[in-house]
Amino acid sequence: MQVQNSLSDYLPIFFMFVVAVGFIVVTMLATHWIGPKKKTEKKLESFECGIESQGNARIPFSVKYFLVAILFVLFDVEVIFMYPWAVNFKELGLTGLIEMFSFMAILLTGFFYIIKKGALNWE
Amino acid sequence: MITQYLFYFLSFVAIFSALLVVFSKNPVHSVLYLIITFFSIAGHYFLLNAQFLAAVHIIVYAGAIMVLFLYVIMMLNLNKETEPHKSTMSKFAAIIAGGLMMLSLVAVLRGAEVNQMKASVNNNIGLTQNLGKVLFNEYILPFEVSAILFLAAMVGAVYLGKKQLD
Amino acid sequence: MTGYIIYQIILVVAIFTVSLVVALYATYGERKIAAILQDRVGPNRAGPFGILQPFADGIKMFTKEEIIPETANGWLFIIGPCIAMLTACMTGVIIPWGGTFELGGTVYSLQVTDINIGILYLFAVVSFGVYGIMIGGWASNNKFSLLGALRASSQMISYEIAMGMSIIALVMMTGTLSLGEIVKQQDDGYCNFVYQPLGFLIFLICAFAETNRAPFDMAECETELVGGYHTEYSSMKLGFYLFAEYINMFISSAVIVSFYFGGYNFPFQHELGLSGNLLTVIQTIVFFGKIFFFIFFFMWIRWTIPRFRYDQLMKLGWKVLLPLSMANIVITGLVMWLTGKIN
Repeated sequence: MQVQNSLSDYLPIFFMFVVAVGFIVVTMLATHWIGPKKKTEKKLESFECGIESQGNARIPFSVKYFLVAILFVLFDVEVIFMYPWAVNFKELGLTGLIEMFSFMAILLTGFFYIIKKGALNWE
Repeated sequence: MITQYLFYFLSFVAIFSALLVVFSKNPVHSVLYLIITFFSIAGHYFLLNAQFLAAVHIIVYAGAIMVLFLYVIMMLNLNKETEPHKSTMSKFAAIIAGGLMMLSLVAVLRGAEVNQMKASVNNNIGLTQNLGKVLFNEYILPFEVSAILFLAAMVGAVYLGKKQLD
Repeated sequence: MTGYIIYQIILVVAIFTVSLVVALYATYGERKIAAILQDRVGPNRAGPFGILQPFADGIKMFTKEEIIPETANGWLFIIGPCIAMLTACMTGVIIPWGGTFELGGTVYSLQVTDINIGILYLFAVVSFGVYGIMIGGWASNNKFSLLGALRASSQMISYEIAMGMSIIALVMMTGTLSLGEIVKQQDDGYCNFVYQPLGFLIFLICAFAETNRAPFDMAECETELVGGYHTEYSSMKLGFYLFAEYINMFISSAVIVSFYFGGYNFPFQHELGLSGNLLTVIQTIVFFGKIFFFIFFFMWIRWTIPRFRYDQLMKLGWKVLLPLSMANIVITGLVMWLTGKIN
């Protein structure tokens, strides 16, 4: 069952990358050449519902987005840890099940802490 | 033979884009170059047949941590006039920290034996299945401890974040 | 070896072209379906039944003026939609589009490459989709774009976790990360949907969120944010963003079908007594039929269900789908243990 991959199995991914990049570059250049170019000062302003724009968009935003990003990193690593376990699930058997459940239990504690502290409330 | 050329190519890309990370003025450009660096390092893992590690490198570093970096950079005020001036003190501290890092890296590389590394190439330990077997049999304790580490990180993040909100 | 590489290149180009054409006609399909659901006629001017409408749209996109606002970060502004398009195209390589066929004594597979970290590759590409939107929205230097990009990216990363976890329950059953293997296991007997209904539901919802489709299209919520992250975009750069969404929809439908609905397999395929090549052709047609059903489903939902509010959306992602997917893993593990499927 063990599928042994050699490096050449990843070659098509590289081909797809080249094809996609080629398409993107050609399209971008084509649209650049074909489209009309009549630039006026007003046209190049950033849009703000028709009124003159106030300042720019380099403004700090809510720390909540940042918190979500941190929690995402943590849970993402957790999910990644589960993949080698899931692949071997049938062989690891009950021991593996208990091992992963205790791992998940610890993380669930953290998850409940997050919920209790209201870190994910958006109201 | 081809793998050797690939190795040199990837190393070149990794080092070149790592230098660009340091030298580019716009921090968002730095992030993009850092992503390229991560990709070339993932390529190195592929050359070593460490497929799981390569995938994890892309998913966690390039896909998750760099998103966090982008958020941080976007949160900082990037207006030219408000850019904070770095004090001489912090520059000095950065030089010392960087120097220590380099020193320890050099020390580690000097101690490493080349033959030892060669032996580990071309086996299948890096495949997801084999890695899982090792991780969940021999290294189960560090694995469970890492869960506690995650817990600590969660609590820390929420604590700091809540402090900002209130 | 060289012949095989040429075959692979041809197949890659074919897959790329097919995804573009399907995405092109998905825009037409979307408008027609919206029209039917709202009791309208829909596009009917360009060609019979408006069948040439996508090409008219494409030509329009190409000939529009390319505007890069003065305050925007030039290069990043251009790179944003390019990344969005690139990540949308990259997944097609690992999807098994059909079985194998024989030509001149050589057996070819319709799956370009069956890498044994297929699911992780998929996950990596999905996690990269965030960048196109984030960089584009930020580089525009427009407040609406920034808000749209923030909302979209933080929505996408939130749903990515539940998505990853819902796949884990599937991997526990199949014991492999290769997509080709997962589809082959559904060759005989039931498809995975029967064993993983909850996992399928979670995956489906996350697929909606990851493609930024309604009811999760907070990113381009026009009543609040003008156009969302692509407010400042014009010409083909805007086209790339819109196009990437349709390609993503096509690819995620293909992934859903491969994971949960047997991929190219169909019931009683071995009782028909067909020869290898003919069977493969029928299988591919069946696969595309299933995909088109899911694309239709995506559109059906979009024109039926109103948009979520942002706090509801985050609540659904973190407080409902995440615990549910964890519960799904626990249930799958326990059931497999009780039924003696594991040692």
